[in-house]
Amino acid sequence: MSNAKLKSVDVVVVGSGVVGSIMSMELASAGLSVVCLERGKSFDVNTDFYKPNVYDELKFDRHSDIFQNLARDTITFRNNATQTALPMREMGAFKPGEMVGGTAAHWGGNARRFLPHDLEMHSRIKERYGASFIPEDCHLQDWGVSWEEVEPYYDQFEHIFGVGGKAGNLNGEIQAGGNPHEGPRSREYPNPPTRPSYEGRLFADAVSSLGYAPFQGPTAAMTADYRNAYRVQMLECARGGFCSSHVCAQGAKANPLTSVHPALARQPTFELRPLCNVLRVNTDSTGKQATGVTYIDARGNEVEQPASIVVLGAYCFSNTRLLLLSGIGTPYDPRTGTGVVGRNYSYQQGSTVHVFFDDREFNPFIGGGQLNTSIDELNGDVIDRGPLGFIGGAYVNTSARGAAPIKGKVVPPGTPRWGGEWKKAVAYNYRRNMAITSHGTCLSYRGNYLDLDPTYKDAYGLPLLRMTFDWNDNELRMMKWVDERCAEIGRALNGSRLGGKTKGTHFGLVGYQSTHNVGGAVMGSDPSTSVVNKYLQSWDVPNLFVVGGSAFPQNPANGPTETIGMLACWAADAIRENYVTRPCGRI
Amino acid sequence: MSDNPIAASYLYLLEPEIRFLEAAVEHLIPTDELGPGARDAGVVVYIDRQLAGSWGTHGRMYRGGPWMEGTPQQGYQSRFTPQEVYRIAIREIDQHCKGAFDRPFAQLPGDRQLGLLQQLEKDEIALPSLSAKFFFDLLWRNTDEGHFADPLYGGNRAKVGWKLLGFPGLPSGEYRHLVTSSEPYHAEPVSVLDVQTGRVPVDAEGFPKHVIIKRDRSN
Repeated sequence: MSNAKLKSVDVVVVGSGVVGSIMSMELASAGLSVVCLERGKSFDVNTDFYKPNVYDELKFDRHSDIFQNLARDTITFRNNATQTALPMREMGAFKPGEMVGGTAAHWGGNARRFLPHDLEMHSRIKERYGASFIPEDCHLQDWGVSWEEVEPYYDQFEHIFGVGGKAGNLNGEIQAGGNPHEGPRSREYPNPPTRPSYEGRLFADAVSSLGYAPFQGPTAAMTADYRNAYRVQMLECARGGFCSSHVCAQGAKANPLTSVHPALARQPTFELRPLCNVLRVNTDSTGKQATGVTYIDARGNEVEQPASIVVLGAYCFSNTRLLLLSGIGTPYDPRTGTGVVGRNYSYQQGSTVHVFFDDREFNPFIGGGQLNTSIDELNGDVIDRGPLGFIGGAYVNTSARGAAPIKGKVVPPGTPRWGGEWKKAVAYNYRRNMAITSHGTCLSYRGNYLDLDPTYKDAYGLPLLRMTFDWNDNELRMMKWVDERCAEIGRALNGSRLGGKTKGTHFGLVGYQSTHNVGGAVMGSDPSTSVVNKYLQSWDVPNLFVVGGSAFPQNPANGPTETIGMLACWAADAIRENYVTRPCGRI
Repeated sequence: MSDNPIAASYLYLLEPEIRFLEAAVEHLIPTDELGPGARDAGVVVYIDRQLAGSWGTHGRMYRGGPWMEGTPQQGYQSRFTPQEVYRIAIREIDQHCKGAFDRPFAQLPGDRQLGLLQQLEKDEIALPSLSAKFFFDLLWRNTDEGHFADPLYGGNRAKVGWKLLGFPGLPSGEYRHLVTSSEPYHAEPVSVLDVQTGRVPVDAEGFPKHVIIKRDRSN
């Protein structure tokens, strides 16, 4: 191994996913020299995800080489601090990515903004219900930004990712056909909404009969051929399934590979370095100024890349772990409640109600690309939470799933797990059910956090990140109420039987749930409860920006990717317009 | 059972293991009036290929110690790779069967095999080196995968798993128009293997051409 110190650049960006690619693009196109470091391999979206090989459920869902290589680096996990955390040895509940394009290269395309309520959850809950309504030990926090501030950046992201949908609130005016509960948007979606599937039409009739307002959920799978804000062309989704967990063979699902990297590669001041694993952010002798990063390159050399600005734009786990490994910020201590790095780790709730029919047959294999029909009445605090006694909610939808044959089989409750009766049940029900899916809030708590594991190490001898996490009472009560509402919708669909699947009382690593891990380096307006300010700028090291799901103080219902993209646009704009002109200071 | 009903070849599994697995997977997904079971679908070949490949040695899994049993929520914590799990568990189950019934698992009557599988699932048989339930769960997971994964991997022969479900395999280019339809769509399934080997032609976009199955709607 040899050591090298390279020539300094304006910006070094860690990670090449949604955040890394967009921030690199926004900063390089402003003339800054940008180096982007990615631990994974490089892929050519035009040649490497081709038909027929992309249509391989086993490979992409179970054994994918575009997910994090756990042999090199994983997390450890325990449900609470009395247990010993053990390494996540195989991929299960979530699938962080490892490739140029990041985790979003295999996302599902659900492109929902958060509700205005979500960004100011603490203030709004306190104002409406009083501080005592917030559970003890719940670290409910505001994000430090308002809807009006960030709306233009949601709009910017939607024009990069070509989101299709119908506005429900245009500048305060409620629009027919859209989501009436969304925050006001400044203009329409760049692409048209999806047209409802058979399941979607049945769902819309059922929820309308119960007084809800159905709409076609927004999607980042193209609903028309589209040239985006970076002048990159994407094709209309062919609804061929094999969507989430897969990279789209059609180039129809917006992701960093399809939507940003082709334009980024043309920027003269940009350089992408794949297969480079960042070990730490370096600081000067005062510890108040970042001097760059140190990484191991593809050949095993330890390399120092000096930079005027450091952007951590990696997955929630990597952003938090790099801060801890670099000794930047005070690590969170759950016993005293002090410190901030690793505080407010959170995840995603949700469940499914299956409706089984004897008199209807579906085409569950057709779909993908988030072709869904949704309601938002159960989300945020659209329905008064006072009498319900919990915080949070869920959006509920049914989608044309592209149900694949290994993971997409469902059977009615009471069916044996294997054997002849199971075989008959999967054969009968695969095409005779539809799913009502809820996707729910998860608040942050004193006992749920990230720190460095005392025992287990990665391939470089550095401590693994340790996750201590379990579901809390508020979320379980919230989901019980959501599940009851979904069962009502299920009964209104007049199927012959209902089934369902919840996440259970205790969080566990076995079986896929959601790659919506958030928090650990959260944004806010108070340095004692946040790692970065409202512009994603480190309170401790002002030329360090930590951007991504790591910045979420808690997890709203709507899925993180759209807001991660918005934060990338927002932070890049703050750096470009406010920081570069007067560096080394607080924005 | 014939000696080698599906003319298979094996990379990792040994003869007694093949016999054990052919008997076991046939109980998990049996042959019946709906079609072939897991044995004739080639699930044992699928398991063999998986064990011989990167997954079988946990090539992309975290392998560092110390090794502790862990809680159910902590997932796979065995210090054995899948290759080792199959080798050790099958040997120990056969030893149990020889001790209790004088024969290895594969030579026992079907109802006794079924009862043993149920005991393994409930962890009611104490194997010396690992949990019977842990092995059973892995075997069931792999059996399900093998029966329904692309035939590329050695199981789901003649696409029997997909025919069982009515899953047409690779999408047709027509799906974009069919996604809003309430008409059931039935087509002969097409696999990655079919397209790679040129058995099914593709259109200009690379989508396979589906052969529609006409069905009596009363079915």
